[in-house]
Amino acid sequence: MTFAIQFLIDVLSLGGAYALMALGLVIVYGILRLVNFAYGELIMVAGYTLFLISGSPLPWLVMAAVAVLMAVVAGIATDYIAFRPVRAKSVTAVLITSFAFSTLLQNAALLFISPRPRVIPLPDLFSRTVEIGGAITPMRNIVTIVAAVVLLALFALLMRRTVLGIAMRAAATNFTMARMLGVPANLIISSAFAISGFIAGVVGLLWMGRIGTVVPGIGLEPLLVAFIATIIGGMRSLTGAVIGGFVLAFIDTSLNYTLPQELLKFRDAFTFSLVILILLWRPEGLMRGPASGQRT
Amino acid sequence: MKHNLITFCVLGGLILLAVVASQLVGIRLYDRVATNLCISLTLVLGLQVFMGNSGILSFAHMGFMGVGAYASAVLTIPAQMKGMALPDLYPFLQGVQLSPYVAMAVSGLVAAMVAAIVSYPLMRLSDAAAVITSFALLVVLYTVMTHWSALTNGPRTLFGVPKATDVYLAALVALLALLAAIAFKESRTGKLLRASRDDERAAAAIGARIPQLRWRAFILAALFTGIGGALWGHFITSFSPRAFYLKETFLILSMLVIGGANTVTGAVVGTFLVTAAYESLRGLEGVLNEAKVTNEPVIGLTEIVLALAMMAILVLRPGGLFPTREVGALLARRLRRQEESG
Repeated sequence: MTFAIQFLIDVLSLGGAYALMALGLVIVYGILRLVNFAYGELIMVAGYTLFLISGSPLPWLVMAAVAVLMAVVAGIATDYIAFRPVRAKSVTAVLITSFAFSTLLQNAALLFISPRPRVIPLPDLFSRTVEIGGAITPMRNIVTIVAAVVLLALFALLMRRTVLGIAMRAAATNFTMARMLGVPANLIISSAFAISGFIAGVVGLLWMGRIGTVVPGIGLEPLLVAFIATIIGGMRSLTGAVIGGFVLAFIDTSLNYTLPQELLKFRDAFTFSLVILILLWRPEGLMRGPASGQRT
Repeated sequence: MKHNLITFCVLGGLILLAVVASQLVGIRLYDRVATNLCISLTLVLGLQVFMGNSGILSFAHMGFMGVGAYASAVLTIPAQMKGMALPDLYPFLQGVQLSPYVAMAVSGLVAAMVAAIVSYPLMRLSDAAAVITSFALLVVLYTVMTHWSALTNGPRTLFGVPKATDVYLAALVALLALLAAIAFKESRTGKLLRASRDDERAAAAIGARIPQLRWRAFILAALFTGIGGALWGHFITSFSPRAFYLKETFLILSMLVIGGANTVTGAVVGTFLVTAAYESLRGLEGVLNEAKVTNEPVIGLTEIVLALAMMAILVLRPGGLFPTREVGALLARRLRRQEESG
């Protein structure tokens, strides 16, 4: 029983983080059908903001809010710098500019801050542990689960009940038609990037709470996780991305418990081979998204 | 046909000129730069064969460079060194010690074979799905290289690879790669593949078997890349899996994109430009580090400048410096116009 609870908490907290990571990537992909390779760097931006203002006397929550805000700003900047100028020209060009933008941000952190890990401030809450049904688990896992549930609920509300959310869903289904009906394309795309940045900022805080430091390459793992999760769940379906995140967390946690140490090293190779297989079997992912329209 | 010959002569002449100039100056640094330039040319031309003709962005090529480098290393490290360099090597490979030149060719074939097997099912995918799978493939290859200790010494540096690459060998391979890239572009497969790049449905409608065509280009690209990796391995003599990951992918990609992925000319010119920029920026970083401008070491400046250049090129000239026509065609056209007017 204790083991079951332990396993469940592990899956849910890891899955919550993974689901959010995937959601942040897919919100942009769904509308533009373009992968944002600089997505991981939004998490990095949040981390370094937190590091840079760590000397200030502000309470932690304010600092965290500033960090998330900077991730939102970085998300919108990604749109303006890497996507908007080349969006209409070619798919390959956008993929390359976003890859270049990611390299740019990473190396800016290397050059202007440091290649070495930097400690970020965390509230005491993150280092405490708690006992639930006999299983001892770090408090931050519970925080992650709660944050994921709240954010996912808010996100669902936004997408279903607000004009912005409905317009975004319309744009994801048929971009040209949505534009003809008066949905402002650039505003919708920028909002998608802003939401992507917001999610990346929050998930970044939770993710970095596990290690307590930030390095220039911190964004790679969340980016890879988001890739796998979105592909498992369906590249264009928001629900699919969330499910994909939890499925991936389940697979990872199970492999962690069952694989011998010798093979555990190859875990990434296994999961990525799984991605390739799923893409071959169902290029649309496990969950089909809305019927596809033409991209601008 | 004539302008392809002109293209080959102009670009080949450019390579020879760079090599001869580096030797005439007689500074060791320039020798190293010229060798690196030729190795990069081999890699970039390999990538161009696939990306330029199929129009699909591929991140996986650095992985095949790693396959080539490790294959050649395993085949050439002297038997008495192997106990130290690769303590867990499989017994049947322990006695193997080929000449580096044979091993380079063999490792190109190994990389091509690995590519043929893993990429066969992937070639059905287009657009973003193809890009993500190639990214996934890079991660898989990197993970395998980092952890297959028996063959690669794990994440640690593999040392003791015999030095066999000099600037002449590298230039020869680069010239062969150039020839093959032009020949492939003008072959039936290359032409059909470019038709599929410009309009997938129309090409399929006239009977082009697109996955099959892409597969051939991918294998040829992996062959070049594998040989390029082996050349690099025998030049640098010690390396770790980290040499075949995102940073290097970015560098090779910037060379191809700045020059223009669709043309062989673009690939060659881009490699020259980026190599020049890269070496001078690295030099600048070195100077700044010695002058101790800041307490922290200056790193990343090169990548920042390259990333900005790449983005600027893609915004201003999405096709790169040579978007559609090869240099031979451009020259031939100019010549014809002069004849007409004169």
